[in-house]
Amino acid sequence: MFDAQNIRKDFPILHRLIEGKRNTYMDTAASAQKPLCVIESISKAYLEEYANVHRGSYWLSEKATENYEDARKTVAQFINAKTPDEVVFTRNATEGINLVAATFGTCHLKKGDEILLSRAEHHANLVTWQQWALKTGATLKYFDLAEDGSFVMDLFLAQLTDKTKMVAVTAMSNVLGTVFPIKQICAAAHKAGASVLIDACQYAVHKKIDVQDFDCDFLAFSGHKVYGPTGIGVLYGKSDRLSSLQPYQFGGDMIDRVTYEKTTFAEPPARFEAGTPAFVQAVGLGAALKYVMQFDFKEIEDYETQLTAYTTARLQEIEGLKILGTAENKGGVFSFALAGIHPQDIAFVLGKEGVAVRTGHFCAEPIVNKLGYTSLTRASLGLYSTKEDVDELIKALRKAKDFLS
Amino acid sequence: MMSIESLIEDFSFLDSWEDRYKYLIELGNKNPRFSDEQKIEQWKVQGCQSQVWIIPHFEDNKIWFEGDSDAIIVRGIIAVVLEIFKDKAAQEILDIDVEKIFDKMGLQEHITPNRRSGMLSMVDKIKYYAKQSLRK
Repeated sequence: MFDAQNIRKDFPILHRLIEGKRNTYMDTAASAQKPLCVIESISKAYLEEYANVHRGSYWLSEKATENYEDARKTVAQFINAKTPDEVVFTRNATEGINLVAATFGTCHLKKGDEILLSRAEHHANLVTWQQWALKTGATLKYFDLAEDGSFVMDLFLAQLTDKTKMVAVTAMSNVLGTVFPIKQICAAAHKAGASVLIDACQYAVHKKIDVQDFDCDFLAFSGHKVYGPTGIGVLYGKSDRLSSLQPYQFGGDMIDRVTYEKTTFAEPPARFEAGTPAFVQAVGLGAALKYVMQFDFKEIEDYETQLTAYTTARLQEIEGLKILGTAENKGGVFSFALAGIHPQDIAFVLGKEGVAVRTGHFCAEPIVNKLGYTSLTRASLGLYSTKEDVDELIKALRKAKDFLS
Repeated sequence: MMSIESLIEDFSFLDSWEDRYKYLIELGNKNPRFSDEQKIEQWKVQGCQSQVWIIPHFEDNKIWFEGDSDAIIVRGIIAVVLEIFKDKAAQEILDIDVEKIFDKMGLQEHITPNRRSGMLSMVDKIKYYAKQSLRK
């Protein structure tokens, strides 16, 4: 049975004091804290099972390789990929998106083609496609969301044309919390002849990814947001899609045969993993996903739905507080403005009370500007978040409001 | 007439962060707000989380500054920074160790790079103007 109080025991950092106060960590959307099992898996990899992966024919290298490839299997299981070969390890989601944009862009985009994004994309997705549109001469288009941040199928379909070659969307907005209907988006995009790349960074933390059910062509997420280490991310690609793409970077481990004159390349995923990979971090990610998978995702979702409703209600008790993004079924991300007070001032007082929130444009400047702000405050939930965290947040926000107005 | 020494002394009587920052905010509120004409790109200090503008004025071999921000704690920080650099010659400005002063005031959390206020970016900008005036 899912019990957040019990889960908190698995995260050592939640029990340290921050400036003498309880550690109220409400910034999981930026990066999640790590359970002890993840930290220990990394220690173990270095202490007992460390050597470079692949090609080493001695015990340590074989063990490290086995651990790395086991992590790939765990990722495949986590996202329900058909085979582990559909899982490419990257540095983070940003690198995964860049990999697709660079390889897909080079192979498939030309002048007159269209790339379609939502207006609420993270810079990782937005800037990457914007720049590849500039490079290839393709046209970058955006579809609008409803005022409350909801996805509206008609607004999406209005921008989807037979020229659309790529639809690159988030599965859950890191600003608005909106959860996008990925399956329907993929179906519509495929019907129009477009490929689909999903930015699942936020979604992966809160909801069950099923790439076969989504039927997406590509999907990227970062390890550090799903309780894993930094420096490791995942790019999923359907087998035939990955095979159709040329290498992203060149070097060791991604080759088949090399002569002084020419090189033939390995099959995916190795083709896209040039150089020594972050294999210890991959092991840490594997441990993190196993940790998450011990729970029933349905129970996690139910718990977070309740806590999201509670957080929304408590935030709305504060006079002058406006939540940006109130779509139905939104995830546990709350961007808000408070009575004209600068978010940096709010975050300072909250920080003194031990409450960690994020301020600014959350790497999604265009949507924050479009909502009429240059900067917002954001609180976000994780597996270990409780009503007590929310109550501490509200108490600190009231203090900030008194102190600063 | 306020001086930086008396400011340091004032801060030394304030034990809690609440009292220090209440006082800091009061200091910031004493300075006039910028008009929209003053809040232009030319005077903007990059590298701050909030918007910060600093305008230099060169008079009789001395430089003085005006500043404003859209965040009130930062406005307090600006007030202290402007006080530190008030009525100084360019070389004096370049010689001042701001970090030491902030440390004495119990505002050391603004000293580390990349912290909330962008205090170091303001100081860099002020020292940049001082260097420029020496070159003229």
